[in-house]
Amino acid sequence: MSEQTFFKVTVDGITIEVPAGTTILQAARQIGGEVAPPAMCYYSKLEGSGGKCRTCLVEVAKGSEKDPRPMPKLVASCRTTVMDGMEVKNITSDKVLEARAGVVEFLLLNHPLDCPICDQAGECHLQDLSFDHGKSGTRYEFQRRTFKKHDLGQHIQLHMTRCILCYRCVFTADQLTNKRVHGILDRGDHAEIATHIEKSLDNEFIGNVIDVCPVGALTDKTFRFKNRVWYLKPMDAHRDCPTCSGRVTLWNRGDEVYRVTARKDEWGEIEDTPDGKPGWICNTCRFDKKNASEWVIEGPRAISRASVISQGHYAGNVGMTIPTETFKAVNGGRAPHLLMDIHDESEVNQPDIHLGQIQGPSNGTTFNNKKDNA
Amino acid sequence: MATTFNDIQMTEFKRLVARYPEGKQKSALLPALHLAQDSFGGWLSTETMDYIASLLTIEPIEVYEVATFYSMYNLKPVGKFVFEVCQTGPCMVSGSDNIIDYIKKTLDIKPGETTKDGMFTLKLVECLGACGYAPMMQVGKIYKEHLTKEKVDGIIAEYKAQAANN
Amino acid sequence: MGVKLLLDKANVPGIRTYEVYRREGGYRSVEKALKEMTTDAIVEEVKKSGLRGRGGAGFPTGMKWSFIAKPEGVPRHLVCNADESEPGTFKDRYLMEFLPHLLIEGLIVSSFALGSNDTYIYIRGEYAWITDILEQAIDEAKANGWLGKNILGTGFDCNIHVQRGAGAYICGEETALIESLEGNRGNPRIKPPFPAIQGVWMRPTVVNNVETLAAVVPIINMGGEEYAKIGVGKSTGTKLISACGNINKPGVYEIDMTITVEEFIYSDEYCGGIKDGKKLKACIPGGSSVPILPANLLLTTAKGEPRYMNYESLSDGGFATGSMLGSGGFIVLDEDQCIVKNTYTLARFYRHESCGQCSPCREGTGWMEKILQKIETGKGEMSDIDLLWDIQRKIEGNTICPLGDAAAWPVAAAIRHFRDEFEWHVNNPELSQTSNFGLQHYADPIHVPA
Repeated sequence: MSEQTFFKVTVDGITIEVPAGTTILQAARQIGGEVAPPAMCYYSKLEGSGGKCRTCLVEVAKGSEKDPRPMPKLVASCRTTVMDGMEVKNITSDKVLEARAGVVEFLLLNHPLDCPICDQAGECHLQDLSFDHGKSGTRYEFQRRTFKKHDLGQHIQLHMTRCILCYRCVFTADQLTNKRVHGILDRGDHAEIATHIEKSLDNEFIGNVIDVCPVGALTDKTFRFKNRVWYLKPMDAHRDCPTCSGRVTLWNRGDEVYRVTARKDEWGEIEDTPDGKPGWICNTCRFDKKNASEWVIEGPRAISRASVISQGHYAGNVGMTIPTETFKAVNGGRAPHLLMDIHDESEVNQPDIHLGQIQGPSNGTTFNNKKDNA
Repeated sequence: MATTFNDIQMTEFKRLVARYPEGKQKSALLPALHLAQDSFGGWLSTETMDYIASLLTIEPIEVYEVATFYSMYNLKPVGKFVFEVCQTGPCMVSGSDNIIDYIKKTLDIKPGETTKDGMFTLKLVECLGACGYAPMMQVGKIYKEHLTKEKVDGIIAEYKAQAANN
Repeated sequence: MGVKLLLDKANVPGIRTYEVYRREGGYRSVEKALKEMTTDAIVEEVKKSGLRGRGGAGFPTGMKWSFIAKPEGVPRHLVCNADESEPGTFKDRYLMEFLPHLLIEGLIVSSFALGSNDTYIYIRGEYAWITDILEQAIDEAKANGWLGKNILGTGFDCNIHVQRGAGAYICGEETALIESLEGNRGNPRIKPPFPAIQGVWMRPTVVNNVETLAAVVPIINMGGEEYAKIGVGKSTGTKLISACGNINKPGVYEIDMTITVEEFIYSDEYCGGIKDGKKLKACIPGGSSVPILPANLLLTTAKGEPRYMNYESLSDGGFATGSMLGSGGFIVLDEDQCIVKNTYTLARFYRHESCGQCSPCREGTGWMEKILQKIETGKGEMSDIDLLWDIQRKIEGNTICPLGDAAAWPVAAAIRHFRDEFEWHVNNPELSQTSNFGLQHYADPIHVPA
């Protein structure tokens, strides 16, 4: 066997050696942290994905040792392979940051921003992306594009209005199932994910489209409006499944299993199973096994970077400053009634106190009462 | 309307498929959809698209994806004659707005609509590559160029006569 | 009279038929190339000719040919891009409609040079009657032994197939064209890999414009060096210009790229001046996506030198004060034309033609269209102009394929050169609905018709 060639690549001043054929994005992920460009459409487990959303654009300041010329345009880091001696600028490039802010604005242009009623809220990549790179307020003053809601069978809800056309679900159906029934219809700003005629997606592995969807366009109907993800405790669990690896994450409240997903890594992608294959899970595990007794619990799952649940993710990051103003100063002189973050609230709301039984939105009084009771 | 090719159409379909390498029969999809649209009433119904999918042994969704992408495929029934009037820059500077208004008034339909007698459909389209012969429109396979109001009258009369003779 | 290499026989009666075309010296280049030349020698001649892609980008054709991969046992394909869709461009249509055998001849020579046994012409779907003309010409060529098996006894097999598109500007982009040829949606591919390595059916593929392939015929007949003597600098040979808009003689003209823009517009040999004795206001010289220029910058460069109808001169000054030869779609606007409205219709065109695959183009083109419509209908605000500028900047260079740039450039150039007309629209919401900004200071000062 011939020896593998390794290339040196520098991303934002950090140099790393990677095998030839590695993409800039994968090299940057190996370095980790903020050096890794965000990716909304690329999905390493799906062949052919990437290149479309343009959030991972980076500047190649030096092409390679042999040909040091910079690349004339920003390149999609998910689809550009590294060359030996390549120098890449991600967050150290103003051009990149400006283009990325532009892409975020484009992605949000027609997005309904219905996070308060969206099941994806809290684990939505578009939320994270907007938080990191977006601006408050929109410059778009026209009516937003809307689509009719499509029913994709009893388990999967399609909210096309939220879709950013990453094509991941199409690749998933192509690569995991033997018969794709949904796809991209129409073109341009009217393009949509659809089945053309109402059809249900009923392949045994089709549920994985929910896990790959970066936004709330494809959601789990068995979990619809049941709970907020940040109120749930994610637990790694497994079962002996004849169809798939059976390795999942259970999202529990107390003993109750609210939903089942595949296990996701820090980039929000399906984790590999120990045999090195992507840990896609079957519909039975995902939709039908909602009793904790059907699972062997392994332990709590660390929440990935790709979630606003993960506390402290946004503070002190490269390129961001920790605010020093008081809340009062930025709130027009008004002191807030109550300040708490999601983390605090989920601690306060013990599983035995059902949110639905609290009259009205939770406020300072509820908060104090519960503290007294505890 | 039948949704299977007759012998002549099937021969043409086979000729189209034969142009591509073995196993790459999906390449014939665009020409096959043209053939189907011409054969089955000027538009592509779901049944027609499913039929083409079965002939090319591809999934129906692959046909829907393609048929909805390209602007020449009609996914709804259209009139006997479709007036596709160009409205892009070069035609616009040559007065296409007036022609469009005149057709709208004369046929009493809005773009996208068909006359009550099912004879004419008006479609506004983007550049058809006849900028030097503007304003213009396409009717079926034919380009009608250097349009004036009088010419439009003549064209409408011509097609009415043609329909009456058939 | 300038030199004519492509259209010199266009007016010969019956030139569309094989008999007349052959009698007029047609298919000589096939005899010469297949019998007397090696494939490498043909590529070398094309390199020497300096021929640049006539579809719009102007990439050297010989170099493009030399990139084609030649892996053992894998078929290669030549694909002729006849998806002419850039607004203002209708030259390929003219060539195919009146001289179909010239294209077929160029295709046979080029297919031989590239080793393509199955060559495809991808023609825009609307050119349905031209498809028939081409298929007939192919049948004639085949019947006379120029196509099929063992052509001229050289052992070279070649068939040409015509595939109609179905209405999508984006399929003029070579990777989108390849996708469409494979029966898919016309979504451009992400490069690399380039078509020369993995093109149609993942096989090495060269995609060339109709006019480019037709130009191979005179190049072989006269030799690359002779061809390169016509024209100037890196603009060698002749170029077809399709002229349209407010001129006296719209049509397709073959020019040798040494004439000035002024001559092209005003000479009776070409456009014959502005229609109805009006004044020239502006011009989009190379198809709708290239920057629009006001009359003064069109006729002379920023340095005050006359501007010529060639690649270098038209782009003199970069985008700040120049434009591009592009596809040769020459759109002339007279004093009564509204730049805002013209820009709006082009923005609408690009929104309509965006494939929707990447976000800056999908969302940005629609946004620009809406803002331009708002200004055009008298509802615009001053901040909209700056917003438009900012949006086009965020699209340009950030998309998968050049459609993003093609949509951004017209908007950028219109604001760059005609900002006061946009501002006038904003400041005169009612007046702008009934009257026109007119010429103001853009008028060409030399040519004021009596």
